[in-house]
Amino acid sequence: MSLKRPAKNQPENFEFDSTSLEAANSIISKYPKGKQQSAVMALLYIAQKQNNNWIPLAAMKYIAKFLDMPYIKVYEVATFYSMYNLSPVGKYFIQVCTTTPCMIRGANKLVEACKEKISENESELLSNKNCSWMEVECLGACVNAPMMQINDDYYEDLDKEKTLSILDKILKDETPKPGSYRGRVNNEPENNRKTLLDFKNA
Amino acid sequence: MLEDKDRIFQNLYNDLGSDIESSQKRGDWVNTKELTSKGREWIINEIKDSQLRGRGGAGFPTGLKWSFAPKEVGSRPHYLVINGDESEPGTCKDRDILRFEPHKLIEGCLIASYAVQAHVCYIYIRGEYFKDGQKLQAAIDEAYEKKLIGKNAAGTGWDLDIYIHYGAGAYICGEETALLESIEGKKGQPRLKPPFPALIGLYGCPTIINNVETIAVVPTILRRGGKWFSSLGREKNTGTKIFCISGNVNNPCNVEEEMSIPLKELIEVHAGGVIGGWDNLQAVIPGGSSMPLIPKEKCETLTMDFDSLVAEKSGLGTAGVVVINKDQDIIRCMARIARFYKHESCGQCTPCREGSGWMWRMLERMAKGEASKDEIDMLGDVTKQIEGHTICAFGEGSSWPVQGLLRHFKEEIKNRNKFDPIVKENKNIPYLVDQHLLDKNA
Repeated sequence: MSLKRPAKNQPENFEFDSTSLEAANSIISKYPKGKQQSAVMALLYIAQKQNNNWIPLAAMKYIAKFLDMPYIKVYEVATFYSMYNLSPVGKYFIQVCTTTPCMIRGANKLVEACKEKISENESELLSNKNCSWMEVECLGACVNAPMMQINDDYYEDLDKEKTLSILDKILKDETPKPGSYRGRVNNEPENNRKTLLDFKNA
Repeated sequence: MLEDKDRIFQNLYNDLGSDIESSQKRGDWVNTKELTSKGREWIINEIKDSQLRGRGGAGFPTGLKWSFAPKEVGSRPHYLVINGDESEPGTCKDRDILRFEPHKLIEGCLIASYAVQAHVCYIYIRGEYFKDGQKLQAAIDEAYEKKLIGKNAAGTGWDLDIYIHYGAGAYICGEETALLESIEGKKGQPRLKPPFPALIGLYGCPTIINNVETIAVVPTILRRGGKWFSSLGREKNTGTKIFCISGNVNNPCNVEEEMSIPLKELIEVHAGGVIGGWDNLQAVIPGGSSMPLIPKEKCETLTMDFDSLVAEKSGLGTAGVVVINKDQDIIRCMARIARFYKHESCGQCTPCREGSGWMWRMLERMAKGEASKDEIDMLGDVTKQIEGHTICAFGEGSSWPVQGLLRHFKEEIKNRNKFDPIVKENKNIPYLVDQHLLDKNA
């Protein structure tokens, strides 16, 4: 289990803006009548998007009222799942996968790069930086290891130099191009493809 | 090697495009109506004939699972739930299906929903695959537009709605009952079975849960016949499978191959060999992190299917092959996997919640050589106390890799951890020292 604590400084109020409200209502309509509680995960995610990538306690209370469910149930969900940030993170939120398949291909070099460029400790938001980083468990792109996720995008086939150059771009507030950084196409074996060759040249 | 014409996922590397027109050129949605008009019995029997086993890890026969759904719809509606919460370290096959073959999955959803009489299908995708989920959503929108799903889907007379539900980074939600809890808007803690989801599942209604890959191969099996599928591989381990080969290989990749392919062929031919040559191989995790590793000697002749790996006291799992060469510290690799399980335990059952952290801390010390001799047996004992004493299979998943390490690399751990707490010589230590550590014979 992982330990998650809400941030010390909490905003007083939270309310969905009009785009969030529209998105929330369309999500609730996916579930059967009376089962609107199912939407809690998606609504927390919407709240996180709206509130600079983290969820304040006020948002949990708001969502509990919105879905007509007990506040503690929303709190349970928000603290259980690891993708909900309960304290502020950077505008660019960097998650480095360090589970075994990435580790044996050198994920620790990516961590080193983050320590050099961003902050010594993970989940630390320095006042002069627009990004924070943390180590996470398997992100499900093991054949593209080592890799990291920045906001919603995957950056794959990295090494230390490539990571440093990506971080440089981010510190300049540019969004680097996602995908493989060794120029390979999706998950094919580079220069060694033995299957489905007719289509490759088609 | 499997011939290209027998590969189900022709667009695995996205050479052809994943939109509906190019999918239809590859044969998706061509005669869906014809297939469903042959009836539920025929569909389920054809899947049974194909001997398709679930691709999510446990390998349960799919046809049999579908036949557990009640024959008549009672007062409670039926649901179909697709498990795309792919989080097992070493596995990334479902992601490519969501990105590049979404129409195979959607058509499979329609056929499976028809077979188990569900009008609503939820596809549960892990939250990190947000971009890939958007691609699937685009494909679902296309299918709605072409009237392939929705009211009277694809002219079959069956109504079907498909919705995506995103997870939020919990490995345990890949367990089917935890997944249902998660869709219901609770924290993902597995339920006790029985009752099985086929009778009491989502919102207390009959629910069939299948992996993304299982459902995506269904339309092709029905088109080409269960006989064709069962002619590939060997008895009870039939068909094709997407293997994900990662770790210390020259060309890590996803590849669709025939079941029962030799492991050596998979690594040498498709993945370009082990880094440093075959002799540099140390061990292979054959089916995602929860399966015990297999040392090099056995990798020479090993074939990749459910039963032959069980015979080696491992398992096919999700077919995520992680290759570890001799440049890596095997104890540290396993300690990292133990840390993964410690992080992902849902905290419901005490043996797993406490034991997973215990195993991780012991392995970390063993990797550094700080553990004492008798702790090696104690670690084995701890794994045995977790295994089988939990609600879901997470207990097995977290203890099996450690057991695999102890089975095959015990000597290495012993060589590194020589510390013996027993005081062998009489050093005339005063009474303050723990008396039980003094060797009586010294």
